[in-house]
Amino acid sequence: MTSPASLAHLRSDFPILNREAKPGVPLVYLDSTASSQKPLAVLKAMDDYYRRSNANIHRGVHTLAEEATALYEGARGRVGAFINAHSAREIIYTRNATEAINLVAYSWGRANIRSGDTILITEMEHHSNIVPWHMLAAEKGAKVVAAPITESGELDLLAFDGLLQAHAPRLVCVTHMSNVLGTINPIADIAAHAHAVGALVLVDAAQSVPHLPVDVQALGADFLAFSAHKMCGPTGIGILWARESLLEAMPPFLGGGDMIRRVTLEGFRVADLPHKFEAGTPAIAEAVGLGAAVDYLSAIGMANVAAHERDLIAYALDRLEEVPGVTVYGPSAERKGGVAAFTLDSIHPHDIAQILDARFGVAVRAGHHCAQPLHDRLGLTATARASFYLYNTPAEVDRLVEGLYEVKNVFS
Amino acid sequence: MDDMYREVILDHYKNPRNHGTLDPADFSYEDDNPLCGDRIRIDLRVNAENRITEVAFSGKGCAISQASASMLTEEILGKTLDEVKQIDKQHVLDMLGIPLGPTRLKCALLSLKVLKAGVYGLKDADH
Repeated sequence: MTSPASLAHLRSDFPILNREAKPGVPLVYLDSTASSQKPLAVLKAMDDYYRRSNANIHRGVHTLAEEATALYEGARGRVGAFINAHSAREIIYTRNATEAINLVAYSWGRANIRSGDTILITEMEHHSNIVPWHMLAAEKGAKVVAAPITESGELDLLAFDGLLQAHAPRLVCVTHMSNVLGTINPIADIAAHAHAVGALVLVDAAQSVPHLPVDVQALGADFLAFSAHKMCGPTGIGILWARESLLEAMPPFLGGGDMIRRVTLEGFRVADLPHKFEAGTPAIAEAVGLGAAVDYLSAIGMANVAAHERDLIAYALDRLEEVPGVTVYGPSAERKGGVAAFTLDSIHPHDIAQILDARFGVAVRAGHHCAQPLHDRLGLTATARASFYLYNTPAEVDRLVEGLYEVKNVFS
Repeated sequence: MDDMYREVILDHYKNPRNHGTLDPADFSYEDDNPLCGDRIRIDLRVNAENRITEVAFSGKGCAISQASASMLTEEILGKTLDEVKQIDKQHVLDMLGIPLGPTRLKCALLSLKVLKAGVYGLKDADH
């Protein structure tokens, strides 16, 4: 476990963690998989931007416009380095991971997917990595096929290989870390197998980039999407990373200012990467905030973040196991990230979450977590989900468990 | 302390009134809460004056949605359809008598939504 001293220091970086959930009830925030809290460094970077440097980017030659442009592009470079992108031209700012995936579906997908093609997804995908492919498939007359998971909640790699051989898909869309099961998928192996049958690979990294060291070159994927707000950054900004050759060949997504080189009344020529995909005034302050989040996480070290969460989830699974009636879904602690989706007897997850919040200040998520097909597969309507980040502590796990005994008490 | 799980709510949840289905029913409607997948069906039988003589609800969901449905069935038994149409959101909230945030409001009001759709003669939700 990370030493108490360093952990205490981290918690004090997050002002919101000092608040009470209700008067007299301290907040225990166990919902970082939905959205993480923000350190002071991020809040301050965004505040400083608005106080000192706010202007529109790229087109101005005045001092503020140049500062804003430098901050916006500087953040892009640091995000690229954070995931070991080959160049900052491979880093496209989007609104969030969902928009990044939709960008690929609309741009690459419309140009490359044809009638009869297969798009291979998995049973553990978030809706954002399912629905865009159904929309594209409906438009093109293509089909979406889902690779199954095993009983332990991991991707069935044999079945996955079988589907690769049977369908020779054009695109494989897979999450790096499940937002429900916590399962960490072997992306490098998946990508190698997919490439062998000629498929490209899109990785939903919304849960992995915030929690694990991610090196896009080592993963060998073709597209990778994530959101700033799950990694200590602000809402409203996300990233699409893709190999430069793919981005070069892709048609633009949204049209407008900033994505053009030359416009006439008869037509237009697109701008160079990455601006080709960034029409209109972007989320500048949010890019600055994301850059600060990347700096913050880099200073701690993603390997340290991952190790802390590995210890915490191991402790959490041990403690949850001791509560009669609790079932946790997904693989064992050493094979997953800091996510514990669970049920308690036949008590509805909404009721679990409500009592934990009202009486214990414990914030967990209840519902299908935007993964209805996965819940169907598990034979469940909903689960309660506790998720952990670098600022969570074993004492907070204890508070969760204490709360679950009270939930049992209320419904006994 | 919250009082969302006060005794009367838990009582209706653990011992739901008018639970089950009516076949055939004069009015039947079913819908779900997309937030959590909760699902409620309400079946009604009425007499010649359009007065409710039998009511049953079924489905699954959280304590709030199930207790609300149970209480609502007690409330409407013996009322005319016109009277049922007059029942509004505030009426259900007063009946429950607990503080509800915007998310749980949907759970609490699902049964009313289903009841109204049934009474106004809408066809079953398409799923």
